[in-house]
Amino acid sequence: MNFEVEVRIELKPGVIDAEGETIRKSLKLLGYPVNDVKSLKVYVIGVNADSKKDAEEKIADACRRLLANPVIQNYSVKVKNARIIPENSRKRL
Amino acid sequence: MKNMDRMTNACILIMEGTNCEEETKIAFEKVGINAELVHLKQLTGEVPRELKRDLFEYNILMIPGGWSAGDYIRAGAIFAARIKSRLMKEIEEFVEDGNVVGGICNGFQILIELGLLPGFDGISKEPEAALTTNLNARFQCRPVYLKHVGKCTFTEKIDEGKVLQVPVAHAEGRFTFGGEDEKYLNKLIENGQIVFRYCHPDGTPAEGEFPWNPNGSLYDIAGICNPEKNVLGMMPHPERVVEGIQHADWTRTHPSLGDGRIFFESIAEFMRGNSK
Repeated sequence: MNFEVEVRIELKPGVIDAEGETIRKSLKLLGYPVNDVKSLKVYVIGVNADSKKDAEEKIADACRRLLANPVIQNYSVKVKNARIIPENSRKRL
Repeated sequence: MKNMDRMTNACILIMEGTNCEEETKIAFEKVGINAELVHLKQLTGEVPRELKRDLFEYNILMIPGGWSAGDYIRAGAIFAARIKSRLMKEIEEFVEDGNVVGGICNGFQILIELGLLPGFDGISKEPEAALTTNLNARFQCRPVYLKHVGKCTFTEKIDEGKVLQVPVAHAEGRFTFGGEDEKYLNKLIENGQIVFRYCHPDGTPAEGEFPWNPNGSLYDIAGICNPEKNVLGMMPHPERVVEGIQHADWTRTHPSLGDGRIFFESIAEFMRGNSK
């Protein structure tokens, strides 16, 4: 089954978010009443797995091995429902 | 090392997006080291037979600067993942044999992602440190001052305390241990793993102050080595200043050589002393 999995990679609390801070300053300059900005990355991944749990485990492992640096980043994995991807919509790299 | 004459051979590892390999090759050649640009696939064997290379034909492995794989995910993460998937065993053996491995800029980021640096307890499975977004979130491309604070294989012949003017060119160069800065910084210092620190022109520490410290790096760290001292990673680019005219102040000071030259001379001298 193909599952759609959403992965959020964010900085651990206490790690300086230089990008978020720069964006906050710029938004302030444009006149928005912004207090803080947190930058994070979201990946939407389609993965073959036997079950929701299996999909979650596979992608959590991928987070530890590639998508996140555990020294400064936390990750969270959210599995959405299984989906069927039409053959012709798959991108070939 | 098998099939080797006394010549030192450097393997400059490239893949999509590395872009400092040419000047790194020239810098090695200027000090009498054979250097070859080798694509990752030439080492993993995914090429026609005549293009295949064996890592153990070389005694220096250098990962050059650039934007490997577009710096996607994190700088160096994808290059490191590709090495891990196909070449890690060879690299581990290469390092354990005492051969030298260097990484400049993106190369440093890759060595951190690979777990070769800081390598407190050997090569780690997951990264033990991070080179993350510069404190001012901007790309810094300009000369900085570096103080050579501890020797490693690469810098054996450079006097401790020597100040070099070398350019940086990076957006992700802030060295950190995340929430455990203090604990692991002490370990780095105790092990003598800090090789270069950002400093003022007179060699006093930058103490995090911009512009001397270009990225907000912990303890002004610009370059570190592993505890065994044969793996070095550094953010600044010594290969960009090997000639006098490449020195930022050359019209006023007319230096005959750039400050990066001594780095390569040091490796060359070390390798000559080491060849049996």
